[in-house]
Amino acid sequence: MTKLLSVKDLTIGIDRKKDPLTIVNGISFDIDYGETLGIVGESGCGKSLTALSLMGLLGREIKQLKGTINFKGEQISALTDKEIRKLCGKSIGMIFQEPMTALNPMFTIGKQMADAQRLHLGVSKKEANLNSEELLHAVGINQAREVLKSYPHEFSGGMRQRVLIAMSIACRPSLVIADEPTTALDVVIQGQILRIIKTLVNEKEMSLLLISHDLSVIAHMTENVIVMYAGEVVEEDTTENIINNPEHPYTKELVKAAFDLRSANQRHLNVLSGTVPRPEESTKGCKFAKRCQFSMEICSIKRPKFNHKTNTKGRLRCWLAEGGINDRCESKTISS
Amino acid sequence: MIDVNQKLLVVNDLSKTFNSKGLTVKAVDDLSFTLKKGETLAIVGESGCGKSTTGKLICRLLETDSGNIYFNNSDILKLSHREFRKIRPNIQMVFQDPYSSLNPRMTIGKLLAEPIKLDKTLKLSEINKKINELITVVGLDLEDLDKYPHEFSGGQRQRISIARAIANEPQLIICDEPVSALDLLTQGHMLNLLKNLQKKYGFSYLFISHDLSVVKHISDRIGIMYQGSLVEMGQRDQVFNTPKHPYTKLLLDAMLSLSTTEALPAIEVIEKDENRRKSQCKFALRCSKFNEQCISNRVKLERYRNEHHVACCLYT
Repeated sequence: MTKLLSVKDLTIGIDRKKDPLTIVNGISFDIDYGETLGIVGESGCGKSLTALSLMGLLGREIKQLKGTINFKGEQISALTDKEIRKLCGKSIGMIFQEPMTALNPMFTIGKQMADAQRLHLGVSKKEANLNSEELLHAVGINQAREVLKSYPHEFSGGMRQRVLIAMSIACRPSLVIADEPTTALDVVIQGQILRIIKTLVNEKEMSLLLISHDLSVIAHMTENVIVMYAGEVVEEDTTENIINNPEHPYTKELVKAAFDLRSANQRHLNVLSGTVPRPEESTKGCKFAKRCQFSMEICSIKRPKFNHKTNTKGRLRCWLAEGGINDRCESKTISS
Repeated sequence: MIDVNQKLLVVNDLSKTFNSKGLTVKAVDDLSFTLKKGETLAIVGESGCGKSTTGKLICRLLETDSGNIYFNNSDILKLSHREFRKIRPNIQMVFQDPYSSLNPRMTIGKLLAEPIKLDKTLKLSEINKKINELITVVGLDLEDLDKYPHEFSGGQRQRISIARAIANEPQLIICDEPVSALDLLTQGHMLNLLKNLQKKYGFSYLFISHDLSVVKHISDRIGIMYQGSLVEMGQRDQVFNTPKHPYTKLLLDAMLSLSTTEALPAIEVIEKDENRRKSQCKFALRCSKFNEQCISNRVKLERYRNEHHVACCLYT
């Protein structure tokens, strides 16, 4: 059976004649029907660009350079703008980080919620409004009728994010993409919003692609995780394995930082230093080599392959795991 | 008369009300706390609880309705604007959003020179020396001085904001959610930097945040704020290990663990009945421990044990 979403060798960058720039470099992943997948990584690693490309929302400058995105057997990159508009909002819903900028301040919540439904489902205004009321109830808003008549500025961040979630599921999409949905919210509201998303995903049998830099959010929400670093996937596995038994040095650092921040009484945090290399910095070997404490000679010479892990179903891009003497010999011949 | 010796900042019965469309909102309501020299006090609460307003009132970026703020024994609210200007370099702020708090049309060198030039006696060479010192102290390179803010990442920009704040060697730095816009690793770097600077220069921090896990690492004492008032105040360990107020407990429970098997924190649905509405306690509408004595008893921040203060009728 085909997967709901299948991304192969996706490469995003700026197509300049002189020096083309790749920002996301050949990433591949699948999302099955009803599956939840998380993407983690530092800011600037290409998480959000990946999400935008799935919806065909990349701008004129930054483009998909290579690879295929298959959604329900259809190639998204081959679709015209008009066809993409039919797909986005209907079959794929998106929840953005900033609920303030994602809602149009000039229209009532009701109008914005109804628009999508009338366009995609072809329902009447009345039906759309009734449906919207129901959706708002589902996300925990009690006075739905009044909310529909109000404008976005009248609400707090948490309320706006609820509205945005209600909107994103209005047309019963099979995939919801949530890009840092709770980063702008405080802890109590964060718990509530995550719970709402989780219940909806379970009840309506939707798939979820959750993007976050916060591992604790990922831990609670998704079954599988891919870890991105500088536009590449460096590790993928079940959430359980990633949190409890990370193998890539970068994943280890992320998990350690998350645990350290939560542990009691530790005054000085030992945090990975340095920053993600910028897209214009070209690296021959592993992109993480500069910041990696286990860095070997080969790491800065040759790019590691994305191999299957030995014990689990996951995959890993690291020379440590390849461990084979053959590879090292090979590297020596290259360097000499 | 309050004893203001040894204490850098004493805030006494501070209040601020905002009016909008005929609605009055008490953003800060009879708030009192003290901050010692070299200490880090964290103010934690959800968005809209008045924590940022408090920070702005102390800097006099907003006018106070009533109350006193003593800084180094002098009531800064009684000073004229001109007099306050002389004290103002001693109180600095670091804001949440490193994108909007730096002027995009100035180079980093110029941005850093701005506060240093307040001291009119300095020569150009001295100013330049100071700039070079500042940029290295916050962990950036001398080459970065000629760059513009857009060339930096969020974490680096926040370093620049911090460099600006410490330029005049202030005694108090008010950090308003300084790491909320940053990712996990950068948050760690920032907290380390703030901590090291404090060791080196002996600043006091008023650290405003909604995130308890961040506060855990930086604070000596923590005040939990709800709707304009402090509901609990104590040493960091007292608040984390033996929280008393139901709201503090709610906040601690809402912190997500890193467990993949644990369920998300439950949302308790509380019926907003008449008794709760009548109650003197602001938290009554959301409190899981609500009982009859909460209806009429007045709640005030009172000493529970040593430095641990709670505003809840269950503990008085």
